[in-house]
Amino acid sequence: SSSDSFRRWLCVQLQYPHVTVIRGYLSAAASLQSSAPKMAELGAGSLLTGDPAFNYQEHELNERLKRLYPAVNEEETPLPRSWSPKDKYSYIGLSQNNLRVHYKGHGKNHKDAASVRATHPIPAACGIYYFEVKIVSKGRDGYMGIGLSAQGVNMNRLPGWDKHSYGYHGDDGHSFCSSGTGQPYGPTFTTGDVIGCCVNLINNTCFYTKNGHSLGVAFTDLPPNLYPTVGLQTPGEIVDANFGQQPFVFDIEDYMSEWRAKIHSMIARFPIGERLGDWQSVLQNMVSSYLVHHGYCATAMAFSRATETMIQEDQTSIKNRQRIQKLVLAGRVGEAIDATQQLYPGLLEHNPNLLFMLKCRQFVEMVNGTDSEVRCFSVHSPKSQDSYPGSPNLSPRHGATNAHVHNTGADSPTCSNGVTPTNKNKSHNKYTGVSSASSSPSSSPSSVNYSESNSTDSTKSQPHSATSNQETSDSEMEIEAEHYSNGVTESSTRIMNGTYKHQEILQADDSSVDDSCSSRQLCGGNQAATERMIQFGRELQALSEQLCRQYGKNATHKKMLQDAFSLLAYSDPWNCPVGQQLDPMQREAICSALNSAILESQNLPKQPPLMLALGQATECVQLMARVRSGSCSFARVDNFLH
Amino acid sequence: SFKCLVEEVTATSRHYVDRLFDPDPQNVLQGVIDMKNAVIGNNRQKANLIVLGAVPRLLYLLQQSSSSLELRTECAVVLGSLAMGTENNIKSLVDCHIIPALLQGLLCSDLIFIEACLRCLRTVFISPVTPVQLLYTDPTVIPHLMSLLSRSQHTQEYITQIFAHCCKTPEHQTVLFNHGAIQNIAPLLISPSFKVRMQALKCFSVLAYENAQVSMTLVNVLVDGEQLSQVFVRMMQRDKPIEMQLTAAKCLTYMCRAGAIRTDDNCIVLKTLPCLVRMCSKERLLEERVEGAETLAYLMEPDIELQRIASVTDHLVSMLADYFKYPKTSVLDHDLKHAHELRQAAFKLYASLGSNDEDIRKKITETENMMDRIVSGLSESSIKVRLAAVRCLHSLSRSVQQLRTSFHDHAVWKPLMKLLQNAPDEVLVMASSTLCNLLLEFSPSKEPILESGVIELLCSLTQSDSPALRVNGIWALMNMAFQADQKVKVEIVRALGTEQLFRLLSDPDTNVLMKTLGLLRNLLSTRPHIDQVMSSHGKQIMQAVTLILEGEHSIEVKEQTLCILANIADGNTAKELIMTNDDMLQKIKYYMGHSNVKLQLAATFCISNLIWNEEDGSQERQDKLRDMGFVDILHKLTQASDPNLCDRAKTAMQQYLA
Repeated sequence: SSSDSFRRWLCVQLQYPHVTVIRGYLSAAASLQSSAPKMAELGAGSLLTGDPAFNYQEHELNERLKRLYPAVNEEETPLPRSWSPKDKYSYIGLSQNNLRVHYKGHGKNHKDAASVRATHPIPAACGIYYFEVKIVSKGRDGYMGIGLSAQGVNMNRLPGWDKHSYGYHGDDGHSFCSSGTGQPYGPTFTTGDVIGCCVNLINNTCFYTKNGHSLGVAFTDLPPNLYPTVGLQTPGEIVDANFGQQPFVFDIEDYMSEWRAKIHSMIARFPIGERLGDWQSVLQNMVSSYLVHHGYCATAMAFSRATETMIQEDQTSIKNRQRIQKLVLAGRVGEAIDATQQLYPGLLEHNPNLLFMLKCRQFVEMVNGTDSEVRCFSVHSPKSQDSYPGSPNLSPRHGATNAHVHNTGADSPTCSNGVTPTNKNKSHNKYTGVSSASSSPSSSPSSVNYSESNSTDSTKSQPHSATSNQETSDSEMEIEAEHYSNGVTESSTRIMNGTYKHQEILQADDSSVDDSCSSRQLCGGNQAATERMIQFGRELQALSEQLCRQYGKNATHKKMLQDAFSLLAYSDPWNCPVGQQLDPMQREAICSALNSAILESQNLPKQPPLMLALGQATECVQLMARVRSGSCSFARVDNFLH
Repeated sequence: SFKCLVEEVTATSRHYVDRLFDPDPQNVLQGVIDMKNAVIGNNRQKANLIVLGAVPRLLYLLQQSSSSLELRTECAVVLGSLAMGTENNIKSLVDCHIIPALLQGLLCSDLIFIEACLRCLRTVFISPVTPVQLLYTDPTVIPHLMSLLSRSQHTQEYITQIFAHCCKTPEHQTVLFNHGAIQNIAPLLISPSFKVRMQALKCFSVLAYENAQVSMTLVNVLVDGEQLSQVFVRMMQRDKPIEMQLTAAKCLTYMCRAGAIRTDDNCIVLKTLPCLVRMCSKERLLEERVEGAETLAYLMEPDIELQRIASVTDHLVSMLADYFKYPKTSVLDHDLKHAHELRQAAFKLYASLGSNDEDIRKKITETENMMDRIVSGLSESSIKVRLAAVRCLHSLSRSVQQLRTSFHDHAVWKPLMKLLQNAPDEVLVMASSTLCNLLLEFSPSKEPILESGVIELLCSLTQSDSPALRVNGIWALMNMAFQADQKVKVEIVRALGTEQLFRLLSDPDTNVLMKTLGLLRNLLSTRPHIDQVMSSHGKQIMQAVTLILEGEHSIEVKEQTLCILANIADGNTAKELIMTNDDMLQKIKYYMGHSNVKLQLAATFCISNLIWNEEDGSQERQDKLRDMGFVDILHKLTQASDPNLCDRAKTAMQQYLA
């Protein structure tokens, strides 16, 4: 078959035997895993011990630490999970996965004191950090110290005796703040007691707990990067640490909730004063520019009327961008490229990288059977697959899906246009009739009887003949503005978007749509389409080589091309290791990039200020963690996105 | 000018009232609406309208069934607005019988009108000048209010707020309880409205206070499948508003004190107690700190374990020291009041903390300037502070060590003695009780107190109507007489007078009787004292002893009496009073054969003293008692299973053998 021949061609072109393609994927997957070293390490550890109870404890630990310290990035600042076998005095013995500490020296006098530190210092991003130590045995004299110390502090001592060392001692109940003489602090503690140590990284204080009761502040003005530390001094002393392996005796989450509430109310009550008016107009501009950026034309116009703000871009331009985005999101990248070239001549010529990305995507969509270049062949094949039902629409992510904002690292969040997978079924179309004009060219939509199943309007199946893409895309925009009110109340959108009954869509050949995924075939299963795809693949390869000659080697391009071509290495591209590319969600990134490029070419910001602000806020919170401002833990951006 | 302005205001006010009498109902309605807009936030206008007689007319219009619902509602709204003014406004409204009129209005079916009436009733009832009893006069009112709870969030808020303010006595609690307050209000604890949740919570705190019936019922209530105590625990979470945390902690405290929740329950130990300690922190408002400290004091009063935990929680002992740093002298009345409130709350909490544990008492007295603060607290102008200070002193005076050291160093007895002059009874009880401890024999304060001439005062306390004061008076005298000089003993007997002494021996209060016997026993110690007292009061004392031994008294009382007899038997001349009294000897014989070992022991002691060898006339006494059959009894007692009794009988028998 033609796909087989293409596969052979592909192997020659890329000088990759079939298997290498797959191996290449595997190595990519491996490198992904190595970027999370913690996981790999833990996996190895549990393999070695092979103890199911230990695995369970590890799992508990991970879950608890994630819940207690969500702001901590463990790749940057790992959390303490056990005592360090390397950072201890020789009189200290460790056992039970380095959680149990016992004394093995002579214990004659204070010169025989010995300490051990945890594996890692306490990250500032914890906000509030807590660990507990259970006194298993007080040994001969019960000279035990529980506390904190900086790296490098002498381990031949009890915590608290030296500079940058802090401790609470069991024999006299005194606290030792970098001094050999203690201050009366709390009760004494002995066998059976559970002593907790809480470090508040917001105000740099520390308090202890005994058997679940807070004993009050012990230290203030603590320096950063302290390690949990315990010290013992007489034979028989044994203590067990709990860094989160088990539930804590003290209700630390309740304490954290108080500080979360404090920080939130501090933010909520941030004084605005006389700048109130300025703030309002800034906020209005942010909302307005966001709507414009994503092309919510009618909503943006209504908003600007209501708030008396100006929109810089003219309405036609917004609608043009909107139309192009629509095409990309529908998987019709070829048409999107044509439209871009027609409306913004020179744009893609000046952005060869973007053009290449678009073409790669076009190739993927050809495999998918959605691009119009292959779609036109598939008219006689009723089984051909259509991705429109699942394609992303223009509603930005909301609510739960916002988590991605925080993973973007140094990059400011992009204006990702997406829809959660759950919307897939909702936006499925209903067909009330099959178009007879099925052979019409793809660029001109055939007339379709169509109704939005989740439309609030009861009008269904209104036959309507579309005359141009321009109009169709507009009216569809209105439908979406209705469904995704984007913060504007339902009733007001209804007023603004009075024209939403036009129910055209861009789809040309809806007759060919089949909801069932099992029948998906390469290029819609059409021979001619497949040949067109192969030809397009060759053109793409040529473009890549041309760019390579012109601008030098580009690893990203190479990877992109490889991934796209790799789809053909499998008989069922949708269920193959690189099949994710075919997911309609993958169109969002390229759609956003194209939109930004167009805006930039019009001397408009390529990012909506709202997203920029969001990105800055996210960055700022991460920066706070790095400069050891503990309140970042309770000021997370997603707490404020509802 | 100002006068002109006042006249103008009065004139417009007059106009508003006149319009209420317009024959056209439409005009009346418009008049009431205009009046509503005119009085909002205008206290002078409110006062004017009341003076000009608007209230009776508004009430008339509100009650007339011929009035439109709209008019009746607007009338209720205006009355509610008038109630929002000064306390005088409320008084005038109550005098015009606004409460029965509004309660009557609640029988209407229209929700808006009901809500307006309830809002006004709420405002009237939460005022301190309104007698709460007015809510309970008509027995149909409470059940009707209960039934209105289901109508709307507003009715819920207003009704629960009324209940929370008007439940002041055990009778009120019972009325509300019997009309299903718990079942009706419990679901409101999870209402979507914060105000409703808060008022419902307040209801439970006033219902449960010192009420075992309510508290026992509360622990078994489920709200949406969850135990009520757990709902309260959730309301104490640290991110909840302070008012909610504090009120939930009060509910659990009252349930615990009423015996419905154990003091070692986690919801008390790990939640309620720490929450109340947090309320004492400097970060809290003054009122919250006062309420927090008072509630915490109440919670742990009977439980040493809670006292121990609290004493190490969040530096509570030194945190309380901050309560004294609020300025003592201020030109502002309410500042002074706050200062008093803070100090008395701190004293109460210290008293509760130190009531059982010696280490905690030590910690308290070692707190900065603590003893000085107590001493100056004893002479403060506010009775509440004086009382709390003396309670604190009393709690600390239970420590032998403190009596020997800090109490003496700070001469606390001086202000204490001063406090005992002309103080109200509740202060007197605490002060005299503290004095009892200061008069203990090892207390270095005992001497100076004796010298200050306290005996008269104590004797006068024994004549008080209050049993607690009589006990403390006689108790203090008893402690004073212990190992005292002859001079002091004579002075006590003289000042008290035998008449009063014998009156106390027939006191209906057993404690008084016991301490009086104790006093007698202390007076009758060491031989010369025994003989002297018995020579002057022997007859009466023997009579009293006879009466008590013949009467219906507890074992302890009889034991104490037999001990007195044994002391008498130890005297040189005094023992003849027994030897010549055959009836008394028969009584002693009877008690030697009593089923209670303590009484047997005391009686044997008595005989042992009578037959003691080395004294004059011992032979005669031994012979007489042998003839009366005492030797046989003693012989029998040498076989007794109780080792003490056995030893005592053997020792007595030896007197015959020698």
